[in-house]
This record gives sequence, structure tokens and C-alpha cells, in this order.
Amino acid sequence: MIPELGHFALILAGVVALVQGVLPMAGAAQQRARWMALARPASVMQALLVLLAFGCLAQAFVGNDFSVAYVAAHSNTRLPFLYRIAAVWGAHEGSLLLWVVLLSGCGVLAAFTSRAFAAPFVARLLAVLGLLGAGFIAFILFTSNPFLRLDPALTDGRDLNPLLQDLGLVLHPPMLYLGYVGFVVAFAAVVAALLGGRVEAHALRWLRTWLALAWMALTLGIALGSWWAYRELGWGGWWFWDPVENASLLPWLVATALLHTLPVALKRGHLLAWTVALILLAFALSLLGIFLVRSGSLASVHAFAADPARGAFILALLLLSVVPALLLFVRRLPVLRAPSDVPLCARTILLLANNGLLLAATATVLLGTLYPLLVDAWGLGTVSVGAAYYQAVFVPLLVPLLLLLGVGPLLPWGERRGVVVLRAVRWPMAGAALAVWGAWQGLASLTAGAGFGVALAGWIVGAALAAVRDARCAPAVYGMVLAHVGVAVFTVGVSLSTALHIERTARLVPGEALTLGGYVLSFVAVHADAGPNYRAQRATFQVTGDDGTRATLFPEKRRYAGSAMPMTEVAIDARWDRDLYLALGEPLDAGAWTVRAYVKPFIRWIWAGCLLMALGAGAALVERGLLAVRRRGAIPAALRTAVTVTRT
Amino acid sequence: MNAKRRRRVVAVAIVVLGVGIATALALRAFQENLLFFFSPSEVLAGKAPSGREFRLGGLVERGSVVREADGLTVRFRVTDLGQTLNVHYRGILPDLFREGQGVVTRGRLNDAGAFVASEVLAKHDENYMPPEVAGSLKTAQSNTPRPAP
Repeated sequence: MIPELGHFALILAGVVALVQGVLPMAGAAQQRARWMALARPASVMQALLVLLAFGCLAQAFVGNDFSVAYVAAHSNTRLPFLYRIAAVWGAHEGSLLLWVVLLSGCGVLAAFTSRAFAAPFVARLLAVLGLLGAGFIAFILFTSNPFLRLDPALTDGRDLNPLLQDLGLVLHPPMLYLGYVGFVVAFAAVVAALLGGRVEAHALRWLRTWLALAWMALTLGIALGSWWAYRELGWGGWWFWDPVENASLLPWLVATALLHTLPVALKRGHLLAWTVALILLAFALSLLGIFLVRSGSLASVHAFAADPARGAFILALLLLSVVPALLLFVRRLPVLRAPSDVPLCARTILLLANNGLLLAATATVLLGTLYPLLVDAWGLGTVSVGAAYYQAVFVPLLVPLLLLLGVGPLLPWGERRGVVVLRAVRWPMAGAALAVWGAWQGLASLTAGAGFGVALAGWIVGAALAAVRDARCAPAVYGMVLAHVGVAVFTVGVSLSTALHIERTARLVPGEALTLGGYVLSFVAVHADAGPNYRAQRATFQVTGDDGTRATLFPEKRRYAGSAMPMTEVAIDARWDRDLYLALGEPLDAGAWTVRAYVKPFIRWIWAGCLLMALGAGAALVERGLLAVRRRGAIPAALRTAVTVTRT
Repeated sequence: MNAKRRRRVVAVAIVVLGVGIATALALRAFQENLLFFFSPSEVLAGKAPSGREFRLGGLVERGSVVREADGLTVRFRVTDLGQTLNVHYRGILPDLFREGQGVVTRGRLNDAGAFVASEVLAKHDENYMPPEVAGSLKTAQSNTPRPAP
């Protein structure tokens, strides 16, 4: 009964979303206040119904209702409670339901934080969100319904894929989707503004809050996914240039460019058209990401089912939302034109270069991700693009970007004298020198590449500290500084863990030991063990190190009862400056095992850096975003003339 | 040229330069790092490049997996049910590597005509068949009629 209730609630939600999409839009066009006023209650109603549907599906998981096909395929009576909840979004159908929950939830949030704006704008904003919501609900109902019954019901489910039975599944998808949804709201706001023919300044400021929120969530989501892959896939890698990973990186790169131009658009009224274009692009790439992941057109850990109907549906949704928005954008282009050209001071040049590099990076990732699909679609054979491609392209693009990042914040707006630029560089220079000296003293070995990475990080930190010291800096700068220090920490993590990592694969019998760097890993024994839904062979390793490390590691080989799938559970001895990573391979004859061990110096800095970046965006959010709507008075005159007067 | 136009030219030049450099880098890296996929039949027909990495996929032939004394070097045969090819690999095999299951490997041919793999991928789902492998099995079966195994 409960799954039917959920199914029905979802159908109703779709109808409500359609009403939310059509009536307020028509009301805004014909100045009908009553129709426009429908938008807010409709968005609340839609969110409640979607939430009800989601709750019903969750109840089916918690209550082990294996008469529901989706539950039977992805759960099991022995699955721990936390994973039974997370399993709701553990596969295609449910993850789309989660997406719709977040979309409608953010719709409500948008409805109630936009109360200061003109009624037609709010009506159009919520109408666009309603149309998109209706599209996705239709997608679920027609191609990916999680409420379908199974007849006869199974007595026990097939179990959740063991790879997904991890804290990563609980955290990564909701965070990632929250990021995407933030771009959807930004898209809706931009379309609403373009439809109305005017971009209100405080709407732009409101938009910045959304973008900071979305960027923060996306950063955390990507980092969580990376951390998850690192621990669960057993290969010690943190980024695989898997097409699905790329799909989340693409909107992130564009949004990062956006975060850097939006303040300019806001403060000075410049680059408005460019900013709007970037928002449309971030949205399009978010939907493209969903298409890539959900259409099954990619062979990946994430691609669960290949169904051409699903791909076609999302592609249609993508085209139906992006193409009209683009046409509208082009028609309204004169409205978005700034009163004067961008003044080419040193800082704006660097800002434009930042955008150029980030978009070039986006283009290269897009090329590597889509090319194999296109080649396959045209029947020209099967190719894939290896990680080596991305490394070869990304590093030359990122190095200048990081160099710019160390200089840009130190330049005052409007400064055009080269001398000032040269003078500003002394802080980053000092930082770089200090960092290299520190690494030289502190690390046993240092390659040229690692040294360069550390120098870049020092360059950025030096600039960040100088920016804090700088009297001109407003409190708003702290978020930026925090995020930039995050980039530096990330850079250290990437360059040191790549350059200095040690890896060994060996065949060991209990009693033997493996030496790795300054560590001795003694294989003590293997015991049979069991968890709630798996049996395991659990090995014991004693670790001693020259640096005083004393640890015991328990890597496991598991076999899950429900799915009969084997799974490697790695053991990690984590410390701030290195991970000791141990994975069991296969059992051989005579009690021997193959074993793979890594020392990964500074690998935690990769995720710590992402966390700092997200915190930086969060700091900006708290400091200006949530309060911004109330401080509406302080809109610069330039912006007011730039964007509020015009109407075509 | 007035100041406004000069500014615009500078801005455009920056963009063009960035895009140009990126395109050049990308295309060069692209050419070097495109990995083509071949089935054993295609490799034996001489379609695969000799001095270059590519991907080989098919089923792991039943009874073909042999492990050498060091415990780490593995030899097996990959088949598309038409032809088979010897594969050498040193390292730990993925959890779902199994005889009779689909597999995709990356590596290159050695002088003896065997495939030396540097990476072996089996998908993280018991019932998963890599789409490339499914495709090549279909082709091989339509080309070479064989009795059921």
C-alpha cells in the first residue's frame, strides 16, 4: 500500500509542478497577480508531495518490502540500517528521486528567500523550476519508476552493491546533487530575469548566495567521491578521470570561473553578459553530467543500467531547457551590455585570464569525455581517452592559473602600472622560496616536480597572507583567502603524493614481512571473520617504521552474502603527512596471499584542501550572502544604471 | 586605433592565445593518448598497432589462467569465441576477475605476439559485461560460426 501511496504522491507532485510551471508564467506575462501568487504555495505543495514519495520509498527499504522491484534489487534483510537508508539513492531510480527531492526543496528555499523581489520575477523563477521539476518527475514516472511491484515478491533482496556499502554513499550523492541543484536555481533566476527584460541588482546578489552554496556543495561532493574511490576501489588512486568524475568536474570548473566574475558584475556592472552565459553553461553541463551518468552511455562504476529511452529523455530535457534559454539570452544581449567597456586594469586582465584558463580546462575535459561517445555513435570504432591525456593537458593549464591566483588578489582595482604588479609579486615569491626551503629541510627526498608543486603552494599562501595583511582588504576577503589557501594545500597534496609515493606488490605467507620506504609490514596471520551481511578473511599486519610508527592493520577480503560478490576492504594507517595503504589481493596456495602496499605522502592534503575551499565559500556565504537581501541599500550607482533601467 | 578598440583587441588576443595554446596541447595529447579497443580476432588479423598501447577485451577463457611461481605473474587467454590471444600480467587482479567472465585489459603486444597488460579491469558488478566486449563477441560470432561451447 505504501509504495502505491508514494507512486501516487509522485504523480500528484508532477501535476502540481506542471501547474507551478504554467500558470505563474502566464500570470507574469499577462499581469495577473492571482496566477503569479500560485507559484509559492505550488512549490511548497510540490516539495511536500515529492518528500512524501521519497519517504514511502525509504519506508519500503527500512521495512524490507521486497515486493518492490527496486528494493529487491538493491537491499537485503541483512543490510545495516544506515545503508538501507542510503540505498534509496544507491541506484538509478532512487537517485533521481533524491534529485527531485533536492530540486523541489531548493525551490521552496528559493521561494522564501526571494520575497523582496518583484512578483513577476518570483513567479517566473518558480515557474522555470516547476517546469524542470515536472520534466524530471515525468522522467522518473515514465522511464525509471522506483515504485514498480515485483510479482511474485522475493523473500530476500539481491543486496546493495558492496562498493556502495560505505559512508561515501551516504554523503557523496546528496552533496553532489545539492551542487547541481544550486546551478538549476541560478539558471531559473537568470531565465526569469531575461524573460522580464531586467536584471535586478539585489537579485544578482541573491544569485551569488546560491552560486556560493552550490559551489561549496559541489566541491564537497566531488571531494567526498574522490575520498570514497580512494578507500573502496583498492587501487590507492584518488582521481581516475572516469567520464562520470569528469561530468562533475565540468560544472565545477565553470562555476569556479563564475565565482570570480560575479563580484565584478555585482560591484561594477561589467561582464554581466559573460556571467549570465557562464550560468547557462554551468546549468547545461550539470544536465549533461546527469545525461552521461544516467543514460548508461558510459561504461563506468556509476553506470548501472543502459537504457536508450532514458538517455533520449534526458537529452530532450537538456535541449528543451538550454536551447530556448540560449535564444532568449541572445535576444536580450543588448540589455546586458555594460555602460562602458571593461576597464583593462591589471586585475581585470588576470581575472579574464583566470576565466580563459578555466574554460580551456573545461573544454579539454569535455573533449576527452565526449569524443569516445561521438566516435562510438558514428560507428567509427571504440576508443577511450586515458588519464595520460588529462594529465598532459591539465598541468600546463593549471600552472599558469595557480601563478595568477597568487598575484590577482594583491592588485588594487584600476591599477595599470606594471611596477605595482612587480612589487606585488614579492610576497608570493617569498612564500614560494620559504615553502621550497621547508620542503627541502623536512622531506627525505624531493623531486623536481614535487618541489615545483610546493613552490606553487608557497606562492599562493604568501599572496594570501599578504592579502590579509593588506589594509585595503574588507572582511569579504577572508573567504577568498581561505579558499585560496585550500588550493595551495590541495596542490601540495597532489604534487607530493604523486611524486613521492611508493608502491609494492608481493606474495607473502604469514610470518614474512614486506619493506616499503622506511616501514616494515609483518604479515602475522589471516582469520575468518564475519560482518552483518558478509564473511571476511581478515589479515593482521604489524607495522613498524623508522619514524617511530607502531600500528596494526587489518585488511580484509569480503564476500557479501546477498550478492555473493567479493570485495577488497583496504586498511589505512592515516597520519597528517602520509597514509600507509594496504590491500589484500588473492589467496594463493600454501596460505600465501598477494598483497599490495603503498606509502602515500601528504595524500590527506588533497581532501583537506577541498574542505578549505568549501569552507572559504561557506565563509563568504555567512558573511554576505544570507544578510545581503536586507542590506539592499548599498547598490553601486554604476550597477543600477547598468542593469535595472533597461527593458526591450 | 582608439583606446576602447585597443582594449578590446587586447582582450580578444588573450582569449585567442589561451584557446590556441589549449587546443594545441589538447590535440597533441589527444593523438598520443587515444586508446583504441580491439578484440582478439582483430589483433590476429593485424589491425592492432604494434609499438603502441591499446585495449584488448573479451572473455577470460575457461581453464586458461596460470599463475607463475612468484605468485604475481599471471598468464591467461582472452577470447571473443572466435579467436584467442595470450595475455601476460604482473600484479593483483581485480576482485571480479574470473574465468569465463568479461575483461578489458590495457597494454601492448610483445615480439612473440602476446599481449602484455599493464592494467586489467573487470567491472564491479557480478552480471556486468563491458559493452565493448559484448559488441566484439557479437561480431566474432556472426563472422565465425562455431559449435556451442
